[in-house]
Amino acid sequence: MHRFSGVALYFGAVALVLWLALCAYYPAEYAKWHALAISPVGRVVLMGWTLAFFYHLASGIRHLLWDMGKGFSLNASNKAGWFIVFFTIAATAGTWCYVYQQAGQL
Amino acid sequence: MSAVKTKFQTPLARAKGHGAAHSGVATWWAERVTSAALAILLPWFVASLVAAMLSSDVSQVAGWFALPVNAVGMLALVAIMFWHMKLGMQVIIEDYVHVNFWKYTLLFLNAAVCYGFMILGLICVLRLHFIDITSFGA
Repeated sequence: MHRFSGVALYFGAVALVLWLALCAYYPAEYAKWHALAISPVGRVVLMGWTLAFFYHLASGIRHLLWDMGKGFSLNASNKAGWFIVFFTIAATAGTWCYVYQQAGQL
Repeated sequence: MSAVKTKFQTPLARAKGHGAAHSGVATWWAERVTSAALAILLPWFVASLVAAMLSSDVSQVAGWFALPVNAVGMLALVAIMFWHMKLGMQVIIEDYVHVNFWKYTLLFLNAAVCYGFMILGLICVLRLHFIDITSFGA
């Protein structure tokens, strides 16, 4: 799952650079991108990326703890796994509530 | 229990600190350090830009890049993110691809994509920082 979310983020990073290129070299087309991002498909993709990011972050921290030698027991790893799931959902939801609040739609 | 030899390293090798490959710890550390840096940089990036990105007006975003601290942060984010990605994908390719032709082709492509997009991203950030793109008829 950590690898899978990493691969998803890989595509997201490429998309980020393409967005930067759009801003830097084709500013006139920006409105079109914005309309796509606000569309239902765009929102789903962005939320999915956020989900993948928080999952990768949380399970990455678990990997770092394992690197330090902590939490190898099955019990600890399973508990950490559940924490990762809750954190991922909570952080994604929190982020998007913040975004919608900023947009004045909440 | 009688002494069982568990470490087969010669004293010289142990003194030199080398394992079988003689290198690779730097890569291991790079992945961890870049992870830590990204855990800070990416949330900063999202939080800092979200208000500007909500607008369909590109000048909001362009104005954000004009600040040196934002430009530096973005340059660091682009460089570190693609470095981290390249290392991560490299591990995946090395683990799952065993046909030499495909392994080396994919490893090459991974490096090419990651470094190529890194350079493109850095150039775009610099362009956004130094040039007023709204004067190009946005």
